[in-house]
Amino acid sequence: MFHENALLFLIILPFLGAILAAMQHENARNTEAWLSAGITLSAFVIAIMLYPYVEDGGVIRREIEWMPELGMNFSLRMDGFAWMFTMLISGIGLLVVIYARYYMSPQDPVPRFYAFLLCFMGAMQGVVISGNLILISVFWELTSIFSFLLIGYWHHNAAAREGARMALIITGAGGLLLLFGMVLIGYIVGSYDLDVVLASGNTIRSSNMYVPALLFVLAGALTKSAQFPFHFWLPNAMAAPTPVSAYLHSATMVKAGVFLLARFWPVLAGTDQWFYIVGFAGMASLAVGAYFAIFQQDIKGLLAYSTISHLGLIVTLLSLSSPLAAVAAIFHMMNHATFKASLFMAAGIIDHESGTRDMRKLSGLFSALPITATLAMVASAAMAGVPLLNGFLSKEMFFAETIVEHRDSWFDTATPYIATLASAFAVTYSIRFIHAVFFGPKAEDLPREPHEPPHWMRLPIELLVLACLLVGVIPGFTIGPYLHTAVVSVLGARTPEYSLAVWHGFNLPLIMSALAFVAGILLYLALRYYLATSPEDPPGLRWLKGQRIFDRVLVTVSWRWARWIEANFGTRRLQPQLRILVGTALVVGAWPLFDSGFLSESVRLQKVDPILAVLWAVGISCAVGAAWQAKYHRFAALVLIGGAGLVTCITFVWFSAPDLAVTQLVVEIVTTVLILLGLRWLPKRLEEVDSSSRIAARLRRNRDFFLAIISGVAMGIVSFAIMTSAPADSVGEYFLQNAYSGGGGTNVVNVILVDFRGFDTLGEITVLGIVALTVFALLRRFRPAADSVGLPEQQRIQNAYDDAQQDRELGETAHDFMRVPSVIMNWMFPIIIVLAAFLFMRGHDLPGGGFAAGVTMAIGFLLQYLAGGTRWVEDRLRILPVRWIAFGILTAMMTGVGSWLFGYPFLTTFFRYINIPYIGDMPLASALLFDLGVLLLVVGATVLILIAIAHQSIRSHRARAIKTEAEERV
Amino acid sequence: MELLLSLAIGILVASGVWLLLRPRTYQVIMGLSLLSYAVNLFIFATGRLYIGGPPVVEKGIEINPANYADPVPQALVLTAIVISFATTALFLVVLLASRGITGTDHVDGREPER
Repeated sequence: MFHENALLFLIILPFLGAILAAMQHENARNTEAWLSAGITLSAFVIAIMLYPYVEDGGVIRREIEWMPELGMNFSLRMDGFAWMFTMLISGIGLLVVIYARYYMSPQDPVPRFYAFLLCFMGAMQGVVISGNLILISVFWELTSIFSFLLIGYWHHNAAAREGARMALIITGAGGLLLLFGMVLIGYIVGSYDLDVVLASGNTIRSSNMYVPALLFVLAGALTKSAQFPFHFWLPNAMAAPTPVSAYLHSATMVKAGVFLLARFWPVLAGTDQWFYIVGFAGMASLAVGAYFAIFQQDIKGLLAYSTISHLGLIVTLLSLSSPLAAVAAIFHMMNHATFKASLFMAAGIIDHESGTRDMRKLSGLFSALPITATLAMVASAAMAGVPLLNGFLSKEMFFAETIVEHRDSWFDTATPYIATLASAFAVTYSIRFIHAVFFGPKAEDLPREPHEPPHWMRLPIELLVLACLLVGVIPGFTIGPYLHTAVVSVLGARTPEYSLAVWHGFNLPLIMSALAFVAGILLYLALRYYLATSPEDPPGLRWLKGQRIFDRVLVTVSWRWARWIEANFGTRRLQPQLRILVGTALVVGAWPLFDSGFLSESVRLQKVDPILAVLWAVGISCAVGAAWQAKYHRFAALVLIGGAGLVTCITFVWFSAPDLAVTQLVVEIVTTVLILLGLRWLPKRLEEVDSSSRIAARLRRNRDFFLAIISGVAMGIVSFAIMTSAPADSVGEYFLQNAYSGGGGTNVVNVILVDFRGFDTLGEITVLGIVALTVFALLRRFRPAADSVGLPEQQRIQNAYDDAQQDRELGETAHDFMRVPSVIMNWMFPIIIVLAAFLFMRGHDLPGGGFAAGVTMAIGFLLQYLAGGTRWVEDRLRILPVRWIAFGILTAMMTGVGSWLFGYPFLTTFFRYINIPYIGDMPLASALLFDLGVLLLVVGATVLILIAIAHQSIRSHRARAIKTEAEERV
Repeated sequence: MELLLSLAIGILVASGVWLLLRPRTYQVIMGLSLLSYAVNLFIFATGRLYIGGPPVVEKGIEINPANYADPVPQALVLTAIVISFATTALFLVVLLASRGITGTDHVDGREPER
């Protein structure tokens, strides 16, 4: 059990640590380092303890069901190869954590750094020990995201932002393509489980979807491993803090690409497509990377191009599809991680100590940094492939493999030559790095005086270099068994015989190595003086910047094309958008009608009642009048709209919908008052002639008019068609039959709202509450336009009159004017409250209910405001509408939750009739409690909206002050 | 009767759409009100027109659904009335705020170029 759950810990620990790390104090470097080191050390120890389970082809599995019906499980799987990567991730992670403690300066916010680093570690562990294709993709994208955050850690630096963005776009896009590839493979195999996929190599290779799947997977792997032609993001990512480069860009993230290639090597490799595509990318990266590395002036740039080249070597090995080459590839993954991580750390020390990474400025640092220099020399000797170091072993294996013929083509024939050439380049840039930085005359004008760094900062390099040496000298004892475990888990039965001996006798690979050394040294001697002052990048190839091409593509896609599309298809204006919306709705709505015919046969018309006809004549006139007058005569339009609303209300009563009529009536009142309150803040609009006389404007109006008429005709026809067809079976019958027996109420509409569809109502009242709070929030910062700040004209005249009379107080005229209505309104208050209570109580059995009662009660409050004015009411009555809203929603919710207590689903109704003396049978259903919640919320929401607008008039607006100021100045 | 109501719905929609496409915010809010009447009536009408049969049942008797109006569209419209009140209120406040911030009551937040 331990080993299975340990897999979970490997992923959870880093993320947990990240959360803790993020909560630390801004410059708690020691706490952060201890915490992160503890986490990585635990992961490392767990990994070591897991070794017995993966030895000799063992596999640990841990599966947690996630979406089993989709074949998607959170399944983890660790074999020898994944174990090797887990060791690299946690081991080098530990060293990087220690190193970073001394690298980061006290000004850097370290919690962010360590949190991201740990998150990245977790994501990376996820990539290597996932046992499900989709899960791999998820963790894969997570590594891209955290790499973005880490590269952009110094986000005040433009280069860091650019580099982070580029890395994210390239690797993120690659990850997306990888997901497609994973889905395709899953589709071919019929399972996303890694074990199943790894066992179905022949199915995949013989499938006709093989090539697209391969291309997608390669797109993911090659972008991640910075392989040609996607390599350019890696040098740009060097703007990251050096510990990040040491970790992500040498040991882990870029290795994810080659990890994936090796992981799928048994199922994808062996075909011509694989050989040519992967081989080309690998060889090109190998040669181009090495060549460019020679001409870099930034140490980290040199190391980045060298990484591209070495990963190219691994990719080339994998492309050859021979088991021996795969062994060499896996071996080189480890070797490269050790020497490259140590070199990056050394570069960081040089930068940290001398203040620059430019090799044109650096020189003769040996005397100041003797130990670091020695360590760097050993590491770069390993990079160049000097015997007795680990780089030499895998390079010799590589040479041996290139000589063997795999495919009969010129490409295969050229391989050994390209390999030797690239190896010569590697010798050149390794010598250059050491010679330019540590030897020669002592540099005079360095930004800082270099000293040896603290011992703990150097310790990680020492350990890594020691590893290089041990593996290089006694490979059989040190790395042998572990490499074998990793190799067996990838190759299985195809594991070849191989030997890790240092000495293989005088053979062709050794001659190739010797040639490469001589050529490399000669090349360096030839280029030495040129390189001392030359600009970055090789002469003649400086124009060939992947970065520039990338930027140009990005600008074209995300700027030019986007602009073009926006210019030609977009608008910021509302009217064209609405026009398109209405037009589309018309077309889409009309389409099925043309398909299936307009009118059904069973036409059964009811006789027109003349009274309703007259009413609608009025209603229609009101609607048309409102449409006509809304621009210049707002108040008239509002009154006319009210007329149309009243006729609608009567229509509801007419056709057996008393509940609707009641609700419509009260809502109508509230809406009208609301808009009346808003009218005051709208600008004066005087009838003007100019715009309507212009041809363009007239055309536009005609078009809108046409659109409106068409919409009206269409809706009329559809309504007629529906009303005259025979009704289909409706769920309404069920509700009618079960309203009393099942819901304990005789008003079926109300029972539907509070019982059958109570959950919908809960959602609806929540919306209402949210709207009210939004209105409240919007109005808290309300700034009216300058011209509507002053008092309305009528009030000014009244006030002027009051001022002029000796015996009158300000506002008395208005008060007198409203005296009779206000007394009536005051006295109406209790009556309206009783009416609301009445509507509420009877709601379950007779027309009424929480909505109508709520709005009615709100009208009661509203009348008090109208009668006495805002200040008068609020002096006498404390209304806390936000609390009403809260209590309302709580009551409704708790009613629903209450049914859980009795073991019923959410919002199950309980009811019983109780005889109360003098009142009679009273329905006592829990639905009534729910309806009470509705009532409370509706009261709160309505009152909140209304008083929020009403308060605007008594608030002293800052704009008013500004305006008076402006007037004074004039 | 059906013809009358269809006519009413049609004209409400036409007036509403006309106002919806106008440039001033107040016209749009009026248009939305008219449209919501039309839509409410339309949804209500999908339950067919039924005179004298409100969906209020009697207790304890076997019920013949044919004697009552369909309660489902009514329940839907009841909800719609309340929600359209909420949207009207929200839109009103947004238009007031927009007018306060931009100084114009044009729907685009600025006067069109002439």
